[in-house]
This record gives sequence, C-alpha cells and structure tokens, in this order.
Amino acid sequence: MKINNWQPNISLEILKARADLLRLVRVFFQKINCLEVETPTLSGSTTPDPNIESFSTRQHQQTYYLHTSPEFPMKRLLAAGSGAIYQICKVFRQGEAGRYHNPEFTMLEWYQPGLNYHALMQQVDELIACLLNDVCSLENTIYISYKDAFEKYVQVNPFATTNNELLAALRKHRIELYNNEPSLDKDALLDLIISQLIQTQLPANTPVFIYDYPASQAALAKIRQQDSYQVAERFELFINGVELANGYQELLDASEQQQRFEAENKKRAAAGLMTIPIDQRLIAALAAGIPMVSGVAMGFDRLLMLAMQKESINEVIAFTIDKA
Amino acid sequence: MPNYSTNEFRGGLKIMIDGDPCSIVENEFVKPGKGQAFNRVKIRNLKTGRVIERTFKSGESVEAADVLETEMEYSYTDGSSWTFMDSETYEQVSADEIAVGDAMKWLVEQDTYTITLWNGNPISVSAPNHVVLTITETDPGVRGDTSGGGGKPATCNTGAVVRVPLFIDEGEKIKVDTRTSEYVGRVKD
Repeated sequence: MKINNWQPNISLEILKARADLLRLVRVFFQKINCLEVETPTLSGSTTPDPNIESFSTRQHQQTYYLHTSPEFPMKRLLAAGSGAIYQICKVFRQGEAGRYHNPEFTMLEWYQPGLNYHALMQQVDELIACLLNDVCSLENTIYISYKDAFEKYVQVNPFATTNNELLAALRKHRIELYNNEPSLDKDALLDLIISQLIQTQLPANTPVFIYDYPASQAALAKIRQQDSYQVAERFELFINGVELANGYQELLDASEQQQRFEAENKKRAAAGLMTIPIDQRLIAALAAGIPMVSGVAMGFDRLLMLAMQKESINEVIAFTIDKA
Repeated sequence: MPNYSTNEFRGGLKIMIDGDPCSIVENEFVKPGKGQAFNRVKIRNLKTGRVIERTFKSGESVEAADVLETEMEYSYTDGSSWTFMDSETYEQVSADEIAVGDAMKWLVEQDTYTITLWNGNPISVSAPNHVVLTITETDPGVRGDTSGGGGKPATCNTGAVVRVPLFIDEGEKIKVDTRTSEYVGRVKD
C-alpha cells in the first residue's frame, strides 16, 4: 500500500517557532536561577486521578506507566534539596484528543521553593510577558477567585450551589446534557461551566488567573478553611479561552497525600477503572520533608498555539496521534 | 443495534437521540487538565433536518441508528404518498409528505433521488443538484432577448416556480439548480 500522509501537519515556520519558544523558555529559567532537570518517563506509579488515564506497558512482571506529568519525581528532587527546578518533557494521557488535546503533548513544569501560589502566579505572568508579548496585553492581567468568577459570569456561588441550579445555569446557556441523571457529580458540572460558560466569556488577549478552587478539586494543592467553606490553594491560567497552566501551593503533608490517593482509588474502583499503586516513594519524600513550595504545569503546545495564533493543536505539532 | 461510545463519535455517525435518528455534524472534545471530560456534539435530526446540540459525558454510549442512504427512482404519487423504486431490485418504498419535504417540487418521474431509510422506512428525500423541468406556464417569450436582465417567473411541471430569462417559452425544458432554485440553462431535446 502506498502511504501518502507521511508529511508533517506543520510548516517550517511553525517548526522554527517551536524551537525559538523552547529557547526563550530556557533563557527565562536560566535568568531566574531555576535548574533544568529530567525525571523518568516510565514509572512504577502514576496519578490515581479518576479523570486522567495513564498509558501502561510492561517489563518482566512489572507494570510501568508513561507519566502524565513529572510532578511526583520532581517533588522527590525538591525533598532531596534541589531548590528551584523546571522540566520540559513529553507527557501522555490516554483518550485525550481534540482541538486542544493530543494524547502525547509537551509540558513545561516548574517548582519554586519559598514562593506562595500568589507569588508564583506573578512569576507565570512574567514568563508569559516574555513569550507572548505580541499577543497579549499583559499590563491588564486579571486575577479573580473561583467564587468571584462564577458569581460574575454565571451568577452562581459555586460553594453554595446545588446540581439542579448548575444544570439550570447550563440550560439557560443552551447547554443540554444528553443524560442528566447518571454519575455526574457537582465537580463535573462545575468543570463544564468553567470551560463552556466562563472561559468563553473572559476578555480577549488577556491572561486571566482563576484561583482558590473548591477543595473537592484540590488535586495536589494545599487546602485551607475560608469563612464557611474550604478552598484549594490552586490556580489556573486562561488566555483567549485556552486553559494554559495549572498551579498549586503544594500539599506537603505525607499522610494527607496518602489519604487523597486512597480516596481517588476508591472513586476509580466505583467507576469501574483499574486502581493505581500509590507512589510510596513520593509519600516517603513528603514524610522526609519538602520546604514550602509552589509549582505549576503549563501546556507548551497550547503556548505555541497562542504565540502563533493557531486555532488547533494540530497546527503546532508536527505529527499528531493520527499521523504518529 | 449496537451502541457507540463518545470516543467513536465522528462526523456522519448515525445515532438515536430522543427517539429520532440523527447524524453527527460536529464533535468537540472538552476537558480541563484536572477534571471531567465532555463531548459537545452538534447533531442533525434526520427526520426534521434541525440541528441541535447535546453535551455528553465522555465515555457515555448511545444507541446506533439503523440509517441507510440509497439511490432510488421516483415512480408516482397518489397524492398522499410518493413511491420510489430501487432500479436494480425493483423494490418499492412509499414516502409521506413530511419525508419528501422540500424535494417535492423537484420530483420528476424516472429521475434518481437519494432516499434516507430508517429501519427500512423513508424519512427524507433529497433531490439531485440539478433537475430538468418543463415549463407549463409563463408569459410569452420575447424572441431575440438574450440580455438575461430582469427575467420572469415560470411554473414548471413539478409545480416549482423558477425565475427564467425572458426568451423562455411554455413547453421548453430548463435545467434548474435545486439547491438555490435557480435557472441554470435551456435544455434542447
């Protein structure tokens, strides 16, 4: 059979833009004295997050997972006293393909000991100012809490609302769920509202940081009590409707981390998904002690999309999964 | 019928929504880095032609619709149903007024149409891009006027009313674009 679709998706111009952007990122981190590191792509453990499906493979009798983010081993480096570190690497998430997704993508992830998550948001903004200065009006960066964003754009208090109220808000904006009844929990509805009703209304060409997520969406972020409810000290960066980065004031408590992993595994089991062996090396590193640290992961392909004003991730990756 | 999971969704896939056969027009995968994945899907109802949107939780599955598109010749009408025939098997199907829809005014006996069958029954009829019709009624032709400007309405043998140039006479055959209802040219026998 003759193969005709061997050509890359992208032009030489984009290939060069990718190389330039990588270089600019490395210049930025060199300037702030952040060390570039590498950690394993294949690992004996992975995230038990029920919304993220890892690829796995085997060697001898042992299962290895392709990492979905380099977070766990980077935290082990922090525990070993690395100081500020960053990594640019390919990560893998099964089943994620679409306009903004490819199952294999490039992640830029970094950790800043001594910075809290608000200070890290400022640093993310500085990086964006270096990289996207043609595209974004950076003086106008917006910082808004999750609660304020919901109240402003959908007139709902996310910490006090019910599933029915969230479904009504979606319906009001002509988003009809095929099936309202099944296992859709409140967080899933909040996710849908963020991506379809809030991201889409944010001002154009402006970095928008949304912070203080519901504790139920903490992932690996620290949780604190605020008034009558708990928030996760977590932030996300959105630019032109694209979710670009996700950061935490990192959870450093080993036993709480162990409990969160166990709770996620329970959710996986309830959803009929394979459970994941908990990363005991990470737990041990947390127990050994990590200095106060904030960390953030940024989708590098999406960054390139924004820099080159492209509409789809296919336009910035030479060979997407359909051509891999 | 089998079920399709959202990860099999693609343009043209036929699925059942609210009891009606539908065709997927567009499928967008939506997922926050940490959070639930959804598919926002634009769907055309094959009975009404209306496009609606539905949002699926990724991984949900939907019943497939037994929908088949086939080419058939128009045979005749008794006024309440329109009969089409497969020119190879001579098998006949009868479509009602709703299924025939806008194609009604382009139905010419022995011409070939695309029939959408759901569970074997016709639910929609689409005309070819061009049909040849005979003018049954129009103002008398103006000989020699080929300027093409202006034009006049003409009623055709199927009931369709088409704007034609002034020089076209009753009894003449014309080629019409069914997508725009526009006159394309005169057809000489």
